[in-house]
Amino acid sequence: MKIHEYQAKEILRKYGVATPRGITCFNVDEALDAAKKIGGKVWVVKAQIHAGGRGKGGGVKLAKSPDEVKQYAGEMLGMMLKTHQTGPQGQKVRRLLIEEGADIKKELYVGMVVDRGTQRVCLMGSSEGGMDIEEVAVKTPEKIHKVFIDPMTGLQDSESDDIARKIGIPDGSLAKARPALQGLYKAFDETDASLAEINPLILTTNGDVIALDAKINFDDNALFRHPDLVAMRDLDEEDPAEIEASKFGLNYISLDGNIGCLVNGAGLAMATMDITKLYGGSPANFLDVGGGASAEKVTEAFKIMLKNPSVKAILVNIFGGIMKCDVIAEGIVTAANQVNLTVPLVVRLEGTNVELGKKILADSGLPIISGSNMADAAAKVVKAAQGVA
Amino acid sequence: MSILINKNTRVMTQGITGKTGQFHTKMGKEYANGRNCYVAGVNPKKPGASYEGIPIFATVKEAKAETGANVSVIYVPPPFAAAAIDEAVDADLDVVICITEGIPVRDMIRTKYKMQGRRTRLIGPNCPGVITPDQIKIGIMPGHIHKKGPVGVVSRSGTLTYEAVGQLMEQGLGQSSCVGIGGDPVNGLKHVDIMKMFNDDPETEAVIMVGEIGGTDEEECARWIKANMKKPVVGFIAGNTAPPGKRMGHAGAIISGGQGTAAAKLAVMEECGIKVTKNPAEMGKLLKAVL
Repeated sequence: MKIHEYQAKEILRKYGVATPRGITCFNVDEALDAAKKIGGKVWVVKAQIHAGGRGKGGGVKLAKSPDEVKQYAGEMLGMMLKTHQTGPQGQKVRRLLIEEGADIKKELYVGMVVDRGTQRVCLMGSSEGGMDIEEVAVKTPEKIHKVFIDPMTGLQDSESDDIARKIGIPDGSLAKARPALQGLYKAFDETDASLAEINPLILTTNGDVIALDAKINFDDNALFRHPDLVAMRDLDEEDPAEIEASKFGLNYISLDGNIGCLVNGAGLAMATMDITKLYGGSPANFLDVGGGASAEKVTEAFKIMLKNPSVKAILVNIFGGIMKCDVIAEGIVTAANQVNLTVPLVVRLEGTNVELGKKILADSGLPIISGSNMADAAAKVVKAAQGVA
Repeated sequence: MSILINKNTRVMTQGITGKTGQFHTKMGKEYANGRNCYVAGVNPKKPGASYEGIPIFATVKEAKAETGANVSVIYVPPPFAAAAIDEAVDADLDVVICITEGIPVRDMIRTKYKMQGRRTRLIGPNCPGVITPDQIKIGIMPGHIHKKGPVGVVSRSGTLTYEAVGQLMEQGLGQSSCVGIGGDPVNGLKHVDIMKMFNDDPETEAVIMVGEIGGTDEEECARWIKANMKKPVVGFIAGNTAPPGKRMGHAGAIISGGQGTAAAKLAVMEECGIKVTKNPAEMGKLLKAVL
């Protein structure tokens, strides 16, 4: 689960990380009030959407007067902000964060992820703050420093100081970097985060260390123990089809092709997308119906796929294990009768009760194109999507 | 021979009183030598009870002491599953196979930390389990699609493993053992650990390695293969078409920071002498060709 920058900063503040003073706003009047309340002569107007790269897209502006705050807030609210993470259509801006201006001496980067190699949380730091860190990692990997954190002791003072020095924090500010780095780890650990970034972390001319931006993603598997975090979820930022699918326990991700894919198991679902592409088609979605899919779940899956106007054909690829092929077949028949199936449907069934499943499909009288194996099914669905079936 | 488990393995089910645990314990018991293999169940609240004639004990230690079980399979719900692994590790079992999907990563980080220096080997979590065809099945895979033979299978995903097995069977090839190592980022044995076992197993003549996007485990395994493996290996990586930053079902299946792409993995595997395919329908044929 993702949250907004202002929410991530609220969390970080609770763990002792210094951030600029800021107020969240939903309209221009609130933005103006916020600027007055914060005071000073310079404010930063920041569009709140979940995607990164907001600055380049015009979603972060420095205002030097209340009039400019008003102007920028007016421009940003309601705009479709396009960044490299939003896709070409952009994401609508509904919330703003107004913050006090900061006195930046250096911009640094710190981030945390779970490292698969060491099976620990990794703190990454770089002197190259404010930039696209993935680019830094590719072009100048020597500028990224790492510490793998012992889960029993947490981030030690010595480790914090070591990485702080390496990213260019002077000795006089090491004590101020500790609350930022150790707070970040504590927040990461205690909220079950999957990713946390402060980019940039700044050093001010006074030697203070402040989180100018913040991003936190959470481990979906741990949300059951964090109702306070779940309350921060902003459904406006998520794909409606993915939200709908999650209500039925379906694992769905929208893609930009025209072949709907319904598969059991995540690995097989990815492989099905791959083979579709290999045969000249393009998947419209990733969809894993899971191991225990019922006929109802399959019906809902069809409804969600068919809501996508781009879908020109559907491929069902099932290797029944626990999931029995007859149950899937019944689900397909029910779905086809309930929804208006306007596109060709290719079905490949294999595994437990496969003969029974095939019989149910054959007896249904539905115009289903049968695939004898994965390759055959993929070739057929690609043709069907091109209208040459 | 085989790897990890065979007909002499004695299994306890942790979470034997739940619906999933019961169903798969029953299926395991009915497969090949399962009648002799499944000897105990664990539920702290129901010691003294039994299921399908299998006695239930309060703790893993008791179940081990009373029945000689050396392997456990875990179907405990996600919030409690890491603690179930800890208990099995504390009892010094040989192998723990955790089927449970959805364990918080933070829990697994702590469990892996506690496992340092311990003898127990962990498979999973979020995996289909392990099968040594015609001997023993521990997990949720359909037993009937397998038969005994010379091919080892190791994979991060469940149904894609069945797909690989199905394709082997079409080629008339059976399997020595099939191991699903699971789709989570923090887990037990990795591809390379299983590959070492297949290398040492006299009954395994070749291996299918099925990977996914995310992480660098496949690359690490490929490098080990180049330096050490005496048997042919073929490979496929799922997720060539997956966009970066999107989690493809499995918590571990995500391309981030430009790392973990299918193309990068396939390139390293090929460099290391592994025959790879971009077509998931050709895993079986490819394996047949290298035998």
